[in-house]
Amino acid sequence: MAKTAIAPDLEAPKASYRTEVRGRELRVMLSGDWVVAPVLSVDDELRAFAEASHDADEIVFDMSGVGRFDTAGTWVLERTAAQLMARGIKARFDKANEAQQTLFDKVGEGAYADPVRIPDEPLVVQILARIGAAVLVLADGARDGLGFFGTVVAALGRTIRHPSRLRVVSLISHMERAGFDALPLVCLLTFLIGAVVAQQGASQLARFGADVFTVNLVAIIFLREVGILLTAIIVAGRSGSAFTAEIGAMKMREEIDAMRTLGLDPMDMLVVPRVLALMIMLPLLTFIGDIMGLIGGGVVAVTQLHMSPGVYIERANSAIVFWTFGVGILKAPFMALVIGLIGCQSGLEVTGSAESVGSQTTRSVVRSIFLVIVLDALFAMFFTAVGI
Amino acid sequence: MASGEAIIEVKGLTTRFGDNVVHENLNLEVRRGEIIGIVGGSGTGKSVLLHTILGLKKPDAGNISVFGLDLTTMPDDERRLQERRWGVLFQDGALFSGLTVAQNIQVPFREHLNMNPVLMDELAAVKIEMVGLRGSAAVLYPSELSGGMTKRAGLARALALDPEILFLDEPTAGLDPIGATAFDELITDLKKTLGLTVFMVTHDLDTLRATCDRIAVLAERRVILVGTIDDMLRSSYPWIREYFHGPRARAAFAAR
Repeated sequence: MAKTAIAPDLEAPKASYRTEVRGRELRVMLSGDWVVAPVLSVDDELRAFAEASHDADEIVFDMSGVGRFDTAGTWVLERTAAQLMARGIKARFDKANEAQQTLFDKVGEGAYADPVRIPDEPLVVQILARIGAAVLVLADGARDGLGFFGTVVAALGRTIRHPSRLRVVSLISHMERAGFDALPLVCLLTFLIGAVVAQQGASQLARFGADVFTVNLVAIIFLREVGILLTAIIVAGRSGSAFTAEIGAMKMREEIDAMRTLGLDPMDMLVVPRVLALMIMLPLLTFIGDIMGLIGGGVVAVTQLHMSPGVYIERANSAIVFWTFGVGILKAPFMALVIGLIGCQSGLEVTGSAESVGSQTTRSVVRSIFLVIVLDALFAMFFTAVGI
Repeated sequence: MASGEAIIEVKGLTTRFGDNVVHENLNLEVRRGEIIGIVGGSGTGKSVLLHTILGLKKPDAGNISVFGLDLTTMPDDERRLQERRWGVLFQDGALFSGLTVAQNIQVPFREHLNMNPVLMDELAAVKIEMVGLRGSAAVLYPSELSGGMTKRAGLARALALDPEILFLDEPTAGLDPIGATAFDELITDLKKTLGLTVFMVTHDLDTLRATCDRIAVLAERRVILVGTIDDMLRSSYPWIREYFHGPRARAAFAAR
C-alpha cells in the first residue's frame, strides 16, 4: 500500500468515455474510475451528451472498462440515460458486473424528483415582507411579554401566600451568582464612571468658576440616574443572558418538560427564584454602585480640585436630600423585574436547536437593556410630574 | 482491494483520562470489507476507542494505522486527505443545526471538492433517497426531524464522499424495531454495493446478528475476544456468556 500516501481515489484517476457507432447502435465505452472526484470533470460533458442529437436507435453504455464505481458515478450515468429516454432515445447499460448492477438498483428513481426550491421574490416584496414580519414579531413579543408578566406575578403571589413553595436554596444561589459575584465588576465600572463624570464636570464648570459644584453634579447624577442605570445594564448583560442560556439549555434537553411531568412548576422552580433574587440584589448592588461612584468622584475632587475629603463629604451631604437617593433606589426592583422576566421568558422560548439558544440570549440582552432605558425615561417623567 | 487485508490496525493502545485508565495495551485489527461490531459494558471505552481512531482524542501510548498509514504521527494536512476516505455517523446524528439536511450532506462536497451546485443538489438527493428518506426531507432543518430521520440524514452525510470506511456509533439506538431492521438492511446493502468496511459500536443484539461479520468484545481495558457470533456463543468468559446467553440474546438468536 505504498502509493496510498495521498488519497488514491481523489487525486490521480480519471473517468472518461468514447463513442463507437455500430450500425444503428451508439456504444458509449466507459473507462477509468467513475467515483465522485473524477466524475466531476465528465459531468458537464455528459449533460451536453444527453442534450445532443444522436443518429442512433439505441444508446448502450458499456460498463466493461469501468474500474472503481460509486454512487456519484451511478447517478450521473443513470441521469444521462433517463434524460435520453425522456427524449425518446432508447438507452441501456451493458456488461455491468454484479456490484455495479446492485448500485444501479439502489440509486433509483426517487432521486429524479427535483429538489424543492424556494422561489426568489422581488427585492421590494422581500423588504416589505421582512418589515411586516418584524412588526408582527414585535406585537407578539409585547403580548407574550405581558402574558408572561401576569404568570410570574401570579406565581409570586402564590409564593407570598405559601412561603413554603419558595426554593430557598435556589434563591440564595442565584442571589450569590447574580448579585454577589457581580460586585467587582459593578464596583470597578461605577468607580470609573464616577471619576470620569467628576473630571469632565470639573473642567466645564471651572469656566464659570463654579468647579465646587462638581460635587453636586456627581452626587445628584449618580444617585438619581447613572448608578442604577449602569448597574442595571451590567446585570442585564451578565445575569439576564445567563438566565436565558441556562433555561434555554434546559428547555432544549427537555428538562422543563420533565419537570412538568413530575408535577413541578417551572415557574416556581426556575423563574421565581431568579426574578426574586434579582429584585433583592439589584437595589443592594445599586447602593454599592452609588457609593463607588461617589468615591470615584471624590478621588478626582481631592486630586484635581484639591478639595479635602472632609469638604467633599460635607458638600455632597448638603447637595443630597433623601429623595435624590430614593429616586435611584426605588427604580432598582422594577428594573430587576424587567431583566429577570425577559431573561427567563427568552429562555423558555428556546426551540430545539443550539442556534436558538444563541439568538434568544442575544435578544434577551438587547430587549432588557432597551426596556431598562425606556423604564428609566418613564420614571424620570413620573418623578418630574410628582415633583421630586 | 483484497479483502482480508487489515484496513485499521490498533497496536498497544493506552488511553487514560487523568488517573482513570480506559484502555491498556489494546490491540485490534479490522479487515477490509468486513462489518465489525464493538461491544462491551458501559464505561469500557467503546466510544473512546472510536474517538481515538478518528483522531478526536490523542492516544497516550500505542499506534493506530488506518489504510496502512500511521495517523497518530501524520501531519494535519495529510491527515485531512485521509479523513475524506471515511465517514462517521455520531450517536445523535451530529447534524449541523443551522443547515438543512441537503446542506448538511453537501458540507463534505463544498469542503473537499470543487463541485457545481446543480450536481451537488442532485447528489444530495441521491444520498437522501439511498438512506430511505423522502425527497422533501432535503429542505428540513435538523430540529424538524424525528430520531430515525436524524440518523438517516447523519448516515447520508457520512456517505457523501462514498467513503471506504464507515464508523457508526450506536446506529440503531433510539430507533423503533422496524426502523432498526431497515437500518441493518441498509448497512448490509451498502457494504455489498460500495464494498464498505464498517466499524460499529453497538449494543443491539439484533444488529450484531444481522449485520456483523465479526464482533470485538471490550473488557478489562482491552479487547478480550474477536470473532464471529458462534465464537461468542462458545466463549466461557463470564461477561460474554451473560451478554450472549441472556434472555434478550436468546430472543435475538432464536431466529437463527
